[in-house]
Amino acid sequence: MKRILTSSIATLIILLGFTSCNNGNKSNSKSGALANNIAEKVYIAPGEYDSHYAFISGGYSGNLTVYGLPSGRMFKEIPVFSQFPTSGYGYSEETKPMLNTSHGFIPWGDSHHPDISQSKGEIDGRWVFINENNTPRIARISLTTFETEEIIEVPNSAGNHSSSFVTENTEYVVAGTRFSVPIPQRDMPIKDYKGNFQGALSFISVAPETGNMDIKFQVLMPGFNYDLSHPGRGKSHGWFFFTTYNTEEASTLLEVNASQNDKDFIAAINWKKIEEYVNNGGGKMMPANYTHNVYDEHTHTAKSTMNKEVRVVNPIDVPGAVYFIPTPKSPHGCDVDPSGEYIVGNGKLSANLTVHSFTKMLDAIEKEKFAGEAYGIPILNFEDVLAGVVEQPGLGPLHTEFDGQGNAYTTFFISSEVVKWKIGTWEVIDRKPTYYSVGHLTIPGGNSGKPQGKYMFAMNKITKDRYLPTGPEMEHSAQLYDISGEKMELLLDFPTHGEPHYAAAMEASLIKEQSQKIYKLADNKHPYAAKSDAETKVVRDGNEVHIYMTTIRSHFSPDNIEGVKVGDKVFFHVTNLEQDFDVPHGFAVLGQNNSELLIMPGQTKSSVWEPKQVGVWPFYCTDFCSALHQEMQGYIRVSAADSDVPIKWSLGEDIE
Amino acid sequence: MIIGSLLLLGLFKFPLWNIMLGAPQYPDPLGMNIYIDGIKGVSEFDLQNIDGLNHYIGMKTIPKAEEMWEFSVFPKVILGMALLGVIIGSLGYLNKVSYKYFLGWFVLMSILGILGMYDFNNWLADYGGNLDPHAIIKVTNPDGTPMSYKPPLIGFKKLLNFDVTSLPNTGGYLMFIGMSLTLVAFWLGRKISLKKTTS
Repeated sequence: MKRILTSSIATLIILLGFTSCNNGNKSNSKSGALANNIAEKVYIAPGEYDSHYAFISGGYSGNLTVYGLPSGRMFKEIPVFSQFPTSGYGYSEETKPMLNTSHGFIPWGDSHHPDISQSKGEIDGRWVFINENNTPRIARISLTTFETEEIIEVPNSAGNHSSSFVTENTEYVVAGTRFSVPIPQRDMPIKDYKGNFQGALSFISVAPETGNMDIKFQVLMPGFNYDLSHPGRGKSHGWFFFTTYNTEEASTLLEVNASQNDKDFIAAINWKKIEEYVNNGGGKMMPANYTHNVYDEHTHTAKSTMNKEVRVVNPIDVPGAVYFIPTPKSPHGCDVDPSGEYIVGNGKLSANLTVHSFTKMLDAIEKEKFAGEAYGIPILNFEDVLAGVVEQPGLGPLHTEFDGQGNAYTTFFISSEVVKWKIGTWEVIDRKPTYYSVGHLTIPGGNSGKPQGKYMFAMNKITKDRYLPTGPEMEHSAQLYDISGEKMELLLDFPTHGEPHYAAAMEASLIKEQSQKIYKLADNKHPYAAKSDAETKVVRDGNEVHIYMTTIRSHFSPDNIEGVKVGDKVFFHVTNLEQDFDVPHGFAVLGQNNSELLIMPGQTKSSVWEPKQVGVWPFYCTDFCSALHQEMQGYIRVSAADSDVPIKWSLGEDIE
Repeated sequence: MIIGSLLLLGLFKFPLWNIMLGAPQYPDPLGMNIYIDGIKGVSEFDLQNIDGLNHYIGMKTIPKAEEMWEFSVFPKVILGMALLGVIIGSLGYLNKVSYKYFLGWFVLMSILGILGMYDFNNWLADYGGNLDPHAIIKVTNPDGTPMSYKPPLIGFKKLLNFDVTSLPNTGGYLMFIGMSLTLVAFWLGRKISLKKTTS
């Protein structure tokens, strides 16, 4: 009896063991099923926050858009290189200087590659930098105000494409030229390109406290096209790598003529060495014209200054500073892994993905194993520097980022997919389609020593049937993937604004806390600010009329103005007296050949109006500011040019 | 007794009372801290924003310290009571005065406190009810009388879109603890003196 009991208990225990095993399996498969509940992974309940910010370039919109991940919701469009009538950026007197260049005022730009500032190889969320491709410029955007604070023009550059990537302590933001051009610019036959055109790679220093930019030096390289770039990091900190195409130096039908060489180059630049050379007086100052536009948060006004010279460096004057690494064929992305050891050359016409080794590069340099030289710059042997090849991963590799777990993710434009592969073994782990023809991809913290894993999103060039049709012109599509598992999982498909070329993303926590709510009125140093009702006035100065106006819920002060004449140049200087979060006021007047103003609490903005017709014209608040927003309105009387109606203004009572 | 009355001095640093105003548009509520010498915003611009909103319903702006006699008298009264408490306490400790003075101090403080509350409530009533006849928004009670926006003296009240909560704050709590301690002192004094008489 006792034995039976023991054995049955033993059986029971074994059974229990099995059942619990089964349970384990069941719960695993259940969590597997739950894991497939994709909607849950991107659903942000009302009132809750996304875990990540994404700053996505607007491409031909010239701006930068702010998104949340994983929801794919757009929160803001930050005007950078293009006029933005929504806020008056580039239309208001204060912000027109931001778009000033050596070619005069330019209302539009083509923004490409945002990059977040870094400290010790980690993104620090202070600023985002972004390049303008067409009329070469670099902008710095504050991540406390989410406004463009500074734009510097890049002289000697043309097609500012291999930009704007920062070194690991934001010592420099780097801007390379896509087009080589005559330096200095001059009238010469195009066919004499070869040997005469040059490509400028600019190292723009960033002041650690203010972020203010200054071109420290430009390296004048052979006349190739410099496509993309990335900084070395960790062991390779102090170097910068640029991909090139058109090493053939063709000036026409590049799609054929620049695709002849079996290999182009990655240019490896030891910027620390050149910095030292420059600090010791090296290089030469060259006459140039380039604007430096700085927006002051306290005067709420930008100032544009013209710089007259720039320091240029001839690379052969700094031995050991510049080398060429042969890379197949016409590489686009030039990406450095988080350790700084591997440099991925995404040869967009090559069937394979080439990975170079930084250690091997140093070794080859030390042993002076050169295959030749181009314009005096040593060329290393492809095989000496090669770390490995990802064999036939897809067609048209463009850009690679890293998850910090030893994996790399490469976009393939032609085969329209993202491929995950392992660093070191070079084996393909997974591939997922994109919709369609992917350009760049972004992993939060991607261009840093410490990627923040979890998500990856691909930005596509072709949309076609992804959304409800909107005629021939559509927004582009992006896809968000969960990359926390072995296989990538497509989570979300969301439209992006403009043409995103690249994005920078990071965990939300750092930025969320520092985001500014209002501008303090007490800190407002605008020369035309009226900081209270008592300071409002209308002043005539020749044919200029300056109206010092205030807004507060729910009226303008003054709201009756007389004495303006046809032919006058009227400046509305509008100060928003509110000191409450999210209470902007707007301003627009009938018939104004200008945009509205959208004025944040504590801010002053100025708008010019040149009335052409006699009459009594209304102005009103364009922002639904309060319950009595509709009553927030006023009149300005315009008299004939020869009339003698005196300047008068009032609020709450009839004039006189 | 000494500690109890010294706790009154906390009122010079911490607010006596606090009124918070939350609304759908104000997920982070606006708030005012009432000190014995004036009213301050919980956040930097809260008072300005409360005044801004209140102009719609015709309420007066929140008084500055110099606009109410209370804010100059209250600090003197509190300082006086604290000193008096310390003196009574010290003398009591040295057996120079009877423990009954402790109770006397407590009763006096309570009367002053109730008078203070009465005055505070009167101000709230005037602040919430004495409205500009040209107010932009006029809300009437069902009986046709103008609605009062008087915040509650203590507790919670719904005023239009605002949820208003009015409660004592750190300084007030310190005062209550202090006053309770004087009662304890009275009780201890009584116990000791009873022991003396029985033994």
